[in-house]
Amino acid sequence: MSRAVTPRRKLINTTIAWAIGLLIFFPILWTILTSFKTEGQAIASPPIFLNFDWTLENYAVVMERSNYMRFLWNSIIIAGGSTILGLIIAVPAAWSMAFVPSKRTKDILLWMLSTKMLPAVGVLYPIYLLFIELGLLDSRTGLVIVMMLINLPIIVWMLYTYFREIPGEILEAARMDGAALRQEVLYILTPMAIPGIASTMLLNFILAWNEAFWTLNLTAAKAAPLTAFIASYSSPEGLFYAKLSAASTMAIAPILILGWFSQKQLVRGLTFGAVK
Amino acid sequence: MTKRTHALLGACAVAALSTAAFAQDTITIATVNNGDMIRMQGYTDTFTEQTGIEVEWVTLEENVLRQRVTTDITTKGGQFDIMTIGMYETPIWGANGWLVPLDGMSAEYDVEDILPAMRNGLSHDGTLYAAPFYGESSMVMYRTDLMEAAGLEMPTAPTWEFIREAAAAMTDRDNEINGICLRGKAGWGEGGAIITVTANSFGARWFDEDWTAQFDQPEWAEAINFYVDMMNESGPQGFATNGFNENLSLFQQGKCGMWIDATVAASFVTNPDESTVADSVGFALAPNKDGVSKKANWLWAWALAIPAGTQNEEAAKTFIEWATSKEYIGLVAANEGWANVPPGARASLYATPEYQEVPFAQMTLDSIQAADPNNPTVEPVPYVGVQFVAIPEFAGMATEVSQEFSAAYAGQQTVEEALEKAQAITNETMEAAGYR
Repeated sequence: MSRAVTPRRKLINTTIAWAIGLLIFFPILWTILTSFKTEGQAIASPPIFLNFDWTLENYAVVMERSNYMRFLWNSIIIAGGSTILGLIIAVPAAWSMAFVPSKRTKDILLWMLSTKMLPAVGVLYPIYLLFIELGLLDSRTGLVIVMMLINLPIIVWMLYTYFREIPGEILEAARMDGAALRQEVLYILTPMAIPGIASTMLLNFILAWNEAFWTLNLTAAKAAPLTAFIASYSSPEGLFYAKLSAASTMAIAPILILGWFSQKQLVRGLTFGAVK
Repeated sequence: MTKRTHALLGACAVAALSTAAFAQDTITIATVNNGDMIRMQGYTDTFTEQTGIEVEWVTLEENVLRQRVTTDITTKGGQFDIMTIGMYETPIWGANGWLVPLDGMSAEYDVEDILPAMRNGLSHDGTLYAAPFYGESSMVMYRTDLMEAAGLEMPTAPTWEFIREAAAAMTDRDNEINGICLRGKAGWGEGGAIITVTANSFGARWFDEDWTAQFDQPEWAEAINFYVDMMNESGPQGFATNGFNENLSLFQQGKCGMWIDATVAASFVTNPDESTVADSVGFALAPNKDGVSKKANWLWAWALAIPAGTQNEEAAKTFIEWATSKEYIGLVAANEGWANVPPGARASLYATPEYQEVPFAQMTLDSIQAADPNNPTVEPVPYVGVQFVAIPEFAGMATEVSQEFSAAYAGQQTVEEALEKAQAITNETMEAAGYR
């Protein structure tokens, strides 16, 4: 039995939702505001919120000092490449686990997830040495492979969850109509799971975009993405907060815009199957 | 073979040759993000015009830089042709054969002009392994107006007793003025550096000549108790988490009467664009306990070194000769003024009349010269280094030790407990490493 939503209750809910939203967004807002301050204003105590002389100087300095477009392009290649490669591997894997499960399927899923529990630094040296042997250091190819491997368990888990919501009878009907396995996956399963696949893609893209440990450790000048661009503005001696904020804003802007335009898809995908 | 195959092979050969030529003429430099290094990046085009050598920069935060270059050099990753390293790494890496010796520099380069303290700190067995880009020590920076208002006069070489008295006199909690700001943040290069030189100036040392830890000796207890008591009386709240940048920020906002830290900070606190107290800053030598011959001044240099095995050794040497030369200093002075040249590396800089007019120039030189990495403490020690011990195990154990000290600053444990733990950590590490 549903409870009637009174105007008062609606107001309270809305207020709480906005308060939580603003709380989560505040660090990003503060970063954006700081990027328009001078270094002196950035460290002022008490902090200045809006009442300061807005300046674009930090952006000019960052653009002059760094080749932003090269970092951006590397981020796009690494995040996009690892997402596509991950999906190519994860869709068949999730299909088999969802529709042709074995006795060990649950164990395999748990084992895949357990690889995420290992601290990344624990395998830095082996991976680094492998990369030296294979000539993959400071290459986008190497980063695409590593990012794909890191996020593959999450992609498989998400797709598995979405695929489980699709009634097996539909696929069975396709099979009875003579559909081959490839046709079944490509023309029946994939279109039905588009919201889930899209949200998985977006989430994986965001995770790969923001990943900093591997991108900082395995790249130098050629394949360094935006995480390295941000890191280059942190300084042990001297004020850097305003310039760091400008660099951070420039690094998160593309992903924020992408998230903004695809939020409907993202929310739909993330809540897919939550309510039957 | 068809024409198409010939054309394809030809294109491949041209591509391979051009790649080889590119590899020879392009060097990759890993460096740290600070004002002098960034300024150097701005002159890359001048270097390329003079030599035809292209430069790729990888700028990293200090801790990330250390991790990256250490990983790269120990695994022979070959990602960098030049690495920016400090006085701690250079003698260790030089001894391991990981760096190219910087001998055979041209006569114009004038190696003898590099300050002896810097040259010694960046050498192993008399061979220079890294060229100092800039050097620093530590000194007292203080507010002349607050000192005057307190009715005191800062001596050129103050004692810790005077510093404590002056700090108490300048403290004005109602107006958020702390008499003294010092580092408390954990980390061997952060709070670990200042507390080690403070201990040196109280007659303490990390090890005796048999590599036995000395934290159980009364000099350490006296130094840290003094430090904690003075900071509790006159320091900022929560100083246990303050490092260089936090104190810089406090000083620039007029919230510190005194600040004892890196000499390189002098150019920041006297810069009117960043500092609200730029016109009222004075300088003095780092203090010592009355009657103790060693002062609390460290010695550090950010230097450029070439990892052994690089394919671009000659080009890398050419860059290092240019970037650490007198010519480069002149280039920066001509374009940006003498206050912005990299300090602390060359004796000739301090003989330049224009540079002598920079308010902190002489005190920086005096501070650097007062530090002796080969003889850093009152009692003899088996190690080299003033604020560090130049052995590979130091970074790890000193970070742990400084965490214990930070916990004592924050009141989470007593000074005695912190010293007991420091003694145990250090002796265990040295035993495991085979020193004892």
